[in-house]
Amino acid sequence: MVKDNEERILIALHKDLAKPKFEAVLSEVDIVINELYYAIDNLSSWLKPEYVSKNLATKLDDCFVQRQPLGVVLIIGPWNYPLQLLLIPLVAAIAAGNCVLIKPSEVSAATDSLIAELIPKYLSQDCYAVVHGGAEETKALLQNRFDHIFYTGSQTVARSIMQAASIHLTPVTLELGGKCPCIIYGKIDITAAARRIAWAKFFNAGQSCVAPDYVLCSPANRDALLPELRKVLENFYGKDPQTCPDFSRIVSPRHWTRLMELLGKSSGKVVLGGESSQEDKYIAPTVLVDVAEDDALMQEEIFGPILPILTIESLEKGIELINRKEKPLALYAFSDESSVVNTVLQNTSSGGFCSNDGIIHMTLPSLPFGGVGASGWGSYHGRWGFEAFSHRRAVMLRGWALERLNGLRYPPYSEDKLSWLRWTHLLGSRYSSRKACSSRLHLRPH
Amino acid sequence: MRGERCRSEDFQHKLQLFSAVHLQNMSSPPSPSPSRWFRALRRTRLGEPCLKTYPLECVDVLKRARVAFRARRTLKEGFRLAQLEAVVQMLEEHECDFVDALGRDLHKPRFETVVSELILVKNEALHAVNNLKRWMQPQHVERNLSTSLDECLVVSEPLGVVLIVGTWCSPVQMCLVPLVGAIAAGNCAIISPSECTAHTAELLHRLIPFYLDNECFHVIIAGSNDLPEVVELKFDHVFFTGNGEEGSRIAQAAARTLTPVTLILGGKNPCYVDQQCDVATAAQRVAWARFHNAGQSLAAPGYILCHADVKARLVQALKCCLLQFYGSDPRESRSYGRMVNPELFNRTRDMLWRSGKVTVGGQVIEAEKYIAPTILTEVAEQDPIMQQDFFGPVLPVLTVKDVDEAIDFINKQEKPLCVYAYSSNSKVISRLMTETSSGSFCANDSVVQSLMVALPFGGVGASGMGSYHGRHSFDAFSHRKSCLLRSTRFECVTYLRYPPYEDRNLSLMTWASTLSQKSQGWCQIL
Repeated sequence: MVKDNEERILIALHKDLAKPKFEAVLSEVDIVINELYYAIDNLSSWLKPEYVSKNLATKLDDCFVQRQPLGVVLIIGPWNYPLQLLLIPLVAAIAAGNCVLIKPSEVSAATDSLIAELIPKYLSQDCYAVVHGGAEETKALLQNRFDHIFYTGSQTVARSIMQAASIHLTPVTLELGGKCPCIIYGKIDITAAARRIAWAKFFNAGQSCVAPDYVLCSPANRDALLPELRKVLENFYGKDPQTCPDFSRIVSPRHWTRLMELLGKSSGKVVLGGESSQEDKYIAPTVLVDVAEDDALMQEEIFGPILPILTIESLEKGIELINRKEKPLALYAFSDESSVVNTVLQNTSSGGFCSNDGIIHMTLPSLPFGGVGASGWGSYHGRWGFEAFSHRRAVMLRGWALERLNGLRYPPYSEDKLSWLRWTHLLGSRYSSRKACSSRLHLRPH
Repeated sequence: MRGERCRSEDFQHKLQLFSAVHLQNMSSPPSPSPSRWFRALRRTRLGEPCLKTYPLECVDVLKRARVAFRARRTLKEGFRLAQLEAVVQMLEEHECDFVDALGRDLHKPRFETVVSELILVKNEALHAVNNLKRWMQPQHVERNLSTSLDECLVVSEPLGVVLIVGTWCSPVQMCLVPLVGAIAAGNCAIISPSECTAHTAELLHRLIPFYLDNECFHVIIAGSNDLPEVVELKFDHVFFTGNGEEGSRIAQAAARTLTPVTLILGGKNPCYVDQQCDVATAAQRVAWARFHNAGQSLAAPGYILCHADVKARLVQALKCCLLQFYGSDPRESRSYGRMVNPELFNRTRDMLWRSGKVTVGGQVIEAEKYIAPTILTEVAEQDPIMQQDFFGPVLPVLTVKDVDEAIDFINKQEKPLCVYAYSSNSKVISRLMTETSSGSFCANDSVVQSLMVALPFGGVGASGMGSYHGRHSFDAFSHRKSCLLRSTRFECVTYLRYPPYEDRNLSLMTWASTLSQKSQGWCQIL
């Protein structure tokens, strides 16, 4: 389906987001095809029962974990990567053996109608269906009971989805956004850093849930970064990004207005970009400095081509600032010193982490992609997606033998039986008494 | 809906005011002072109702736990190991106290307490101690062409402060096994044992401050009606064991604050007994599983499905087993328990009287909350005992024509926590395993699959979400953070992705993609 209709997909994505063909192929088409091949190649090994280690009493039994599909699952997609964020969960749900109801975002209207047209042509209409609609229709849809709901989008909507799901005790996987901090510290190749940050930030006009939301760096690094960013942006998009076909647009007038209002309320100083055009839904790649922690731009996820740079006095202060905010979906640390990277890694929490680059940690299928805390929970991609849509059922197959051993657990209870059971337990656990003695010295609480 | 929202906002405002004043009045956190200890002890001995923690006090407790977590104490391996060993020590040193408390709450025989509560938790704790180092290691993952020079790993991080709500049927196990997982994963935890088993709750409330870190781990005793309010105070994870109705209320409260949950919910676990099976052994295993702890167990078989030919033999065999286990008068037996409280007793007794025909047992004594091990036959699908969840020593036996009817019957109900099948025919077992869904499955035995540390124990659908035991407990309370560590060098590969976009760069990347699609299935040059 994806291969046959590549042209039409690219046209639809261009209509919705002015997505350049290059970005669309890379981030929507190829990534889905890769995920598909990965699932096809590995499915048989994922479906195999997973045998577990047995204890003394179960040595003659078969103990394993069997994966079962959950049933009928609902996948709700967002508008920023309308194909990828809908089809990759779909691949995982199909691999796990479920029936799926797909609800693309109505905001990316062209892609929405294309998916609705193509899916019934290629996939069995009994098992997979596409549902359209906005907030009202989604609310009505959620009154039904599903076996799992997979949602990518914002926190506000996630809350209402989870509330609807909790009435039916439906488990959810939530992929929410967050303000992904990008901290630059210590020795760093500032040219390479500028290039990578600019690429990650302005890809899809900043409308990625894992785009670096804001930058934290020392005043010296900032002064070195700005001219590099200027050069890089000129290399990427030329002197006037509005005329460059490689730069996307904001998805809708409503989102454009939101971003312009944020920019207006901010007390930072625009040093790069700042141009905009309402008819074209265009905002130039914009960089601001002198942004404070309580600035308008720091209160919510930006989700646009606006990059505030905040200055920090030290790495600790930077980490404290990050930890004062909600846990983000991704966290980036740019430094050539591995001690700095490790400090940031160990002292912060986020869905994912990448050092010296942005976004690409989510393109490796063997890494789980998901959030934590306010950025969601559950994860997917590759095998993790298969697990997200499966139920791990514990199976123990016993025989009739060893009933005498079993007999130890039956009433009438006696001290003899208890001693035997304690002895077998002691035998089974490989805990040495030597270890027990030495560690018990520190046991009393303070 | 609106009234409810106003009430919670108002409540929150009051909470904040109160906690501010409360904190001012407190110079230092309360330690397990001797006078407090003696007060609690006196109350336990006299059998008075235990001190209840109201949602207001929970705010303070949660605050202390958050401060402790931010201080990063729970992250060190040494700390986690020490706490886990402290749990083991607590159970060993106070075995008598636990046996006594559970005896008062559930009339639980010493044997059952030691085996199914204490040894079980110790096993989990020791398993965690032995494997913690390995679990804490970052997991390196397979790399692709473009990341072959990078470090790609998955790191397990603690979630923060978690709430563990236990249930009354195995009060120690249900609180402490998840606690072991929470400690191993590096979290701070607040435990809420069930108020129904008052003596055990009081005991845990008294002992835990002596063994575990006082700032990181707390015990609160909240009523089941107060729990949704406690959940709304915002934890990083809520672990709940109980029945479906309470589970739903907890899930809804968690949804309001976007809190992830693990729910282990009881239900009716079907047990199919085939014509081809060793009836005597099957009867022994089923009887033990159903009637231990006076039937108050989440994993016990809820009802039997068998062919009419087998029924008579099975019921006779069960009768013999019961005689063997508990004697002719189970009331006199020291191996038999009681119902936890009058409400549950009344509920079970009513269902018993309004369903099917009593074939074995059926005696009840209200004053002692005693219900004899009872087997019901001629039970219809519409009988109250088949329509509602119940915990108690009553085993309904339903007849089915064959395996197909049994499978259809099981699939018509909600997905249960466990499905059991007794048969000597491996094809029958196989069919039941593949054609039904449940949290777990066991052939030719019951309950034991939930006691194994290596197997995940949890539900699916109406029986809950998430699982625990052993490594799965550690995973339930961890966040798996994916990490990609690159260097700023080797732009020679990454340059292909930058604008200005060129078709030939795209073709190169797409071509490289297809190179390894057949063998590894994926490659991305970025």
